[in-house]
Amino acid sequence: MFDTALTTSDLLFMAKGAGMTLAVTGIAVAAGTLLGIVLGVVRVQLGPVWSAPLTFLLDIFRSVPLLIQLVLGNAFQAIAQFGWEPFTTSCVILSLYTAAYCTEIVRGAIDAVPATTRRAARSLGLNWSQDMGYIVAPLAARIAMPSWIGLTLGVLKDSSLILWLGMIELLRASQIVITRLQEPLFILMICGLIYFLLSFPIARLGGYLEKRWSPND
Amino acid sequence: MIEIENVRKSFGPLEVLKGIDLTVKKGEVLTVIGGSGSGKSTLLTCINGLEPIDSGRILVDGTHVHAKSTDINKLRCKIGIVFQQFNAFPHLTVLENVTLAPRKVKKMSRAEAEEIAIKQLNHVGLGEKRDVYPSRLSGGQQQRMAIARALAMSPDYMLFDEVTSALDPQLVGEVLDTLKMLADDGMTMILVTHEMSFARDVSDRVAFFHQGVMAEIGPPKQIFEDPQNEETRKFLSNVR
Repeated sequence: MFDTALTTSDLLFMAKGAGMTLAVTGIAVAAGTLLGIVLGVVRVQLGPVWSAPLTFLLDIFRSVPLLIQLVLGNAFQAIAQFGWEPFTTSCVILSLYTAAYCTEIVRGAIDAVPATTRRAARSLGLNWSQDMGYIVAPLAARIAMPSWIGLTLGVLKDSSLILWLGMIELLRASQIVITRLQEPLFILMICGLIYFLLSFPIARLGGYLEKRWSPND
Repeated sequence: MIEIENVRKSFGPLEVLKGIDLTVKKGEVLTVIGGSGSGKSTLLTCINGLEPIDSGRILVDGTHVHAKSTDINKLRCKIGIVFQQFNAFPHLTVLENVTLAPRKVKKMSRAEAEEIAIKQLNHVGLGEKRDVYPSRLSGGQQQRMAIARALAMSPDYMLFDEVTSALDPQLVGEVLDTLKMLADDGMTMILVTHEMSFARDVSDRVAFFHQGVMAEIGPPKQIFEDPQNEETRKFLSNVR
């Protein structure tokens, strides 16, 4: 007979952790995507040579493990006396981490829009920003969508590392419950299930958008 | 009037236009023929400012195309260009492809732009296809859509850059018919083409380009029947 000491309040505690995971992920993905779009466009406009310093900076964010970035970021903000809450630090670091990946996705997607199509747009009298807005953005968005969904799902799970800054997100909440109840397998299964429930709609959103756009291709 | 004065243009070490002088009057149909790499397509992209030039100047109705002070986007409304690749905007329906520039560049209302677009689509025989996406069109239909898209800006000049080269042979006719219709309507056109018999039918003048130089220009009868230049003769005997 299956027996567990897990109570509703434990589940609520884990749900609150999931809420934190969602909040941090939501902020990081939103801010990181906006910054990534700006930096991606800048990279394309500047060309590989002039954007080399930016590329190098972004490479650092993509190469150093997120855990190290979080710990170092937290230490630096303390040294610089920013006085940030761990929540703020977590959001800032995760946003930069997301932006570093998103910049590459955006750059690749813009480059994948055929130059001849853009030339045709410009030949009709559209200026640069109209070309970007009406031609490049919709076409690049389709190209970028699968990678961006992958990035978002990755950030959702990587956000568990903010527990090292003392944040109680889903994984940390689950650990606390495990420590108290000593039912690791069962609780980790629930934790995994919650991650799945958070991720699944995002993955489906990607599938939905691809399907919606595909009849036109 | 399009005035081209001693235009030179290089891509790296390769000089593709070696001092071109040419004037195209209002209502004239000029066909440019020549081998690949002769600079004829480059000339078209220079005329509407898509390519910068190294020296010389190009004037369209007296406006210096490559001057910094020129509002190139405004000037491009006057000069339609259609390319070898159809360059449809794949995320927009046929109607949206055609209305985009009138709405965004000329700031027309949607209704106004659609009225013009539908007229142009009917003109090129695509009235029925207005709500489909370009991927559902054949190559010939896509190219006719590209022509309607350029015409919707009510240009004074139309440039056609080998518009039939990427088409299956059986689709070439429908596009040429559209061009013929435009020529009959009195549109000022510069056509770069490999369709020699078509060039002969519609052109007021034919220019032969060879290695970045305009080797010969004259009425189609002269160019095709009695070419003066040795290179023209060689080229025509090869394509016939």
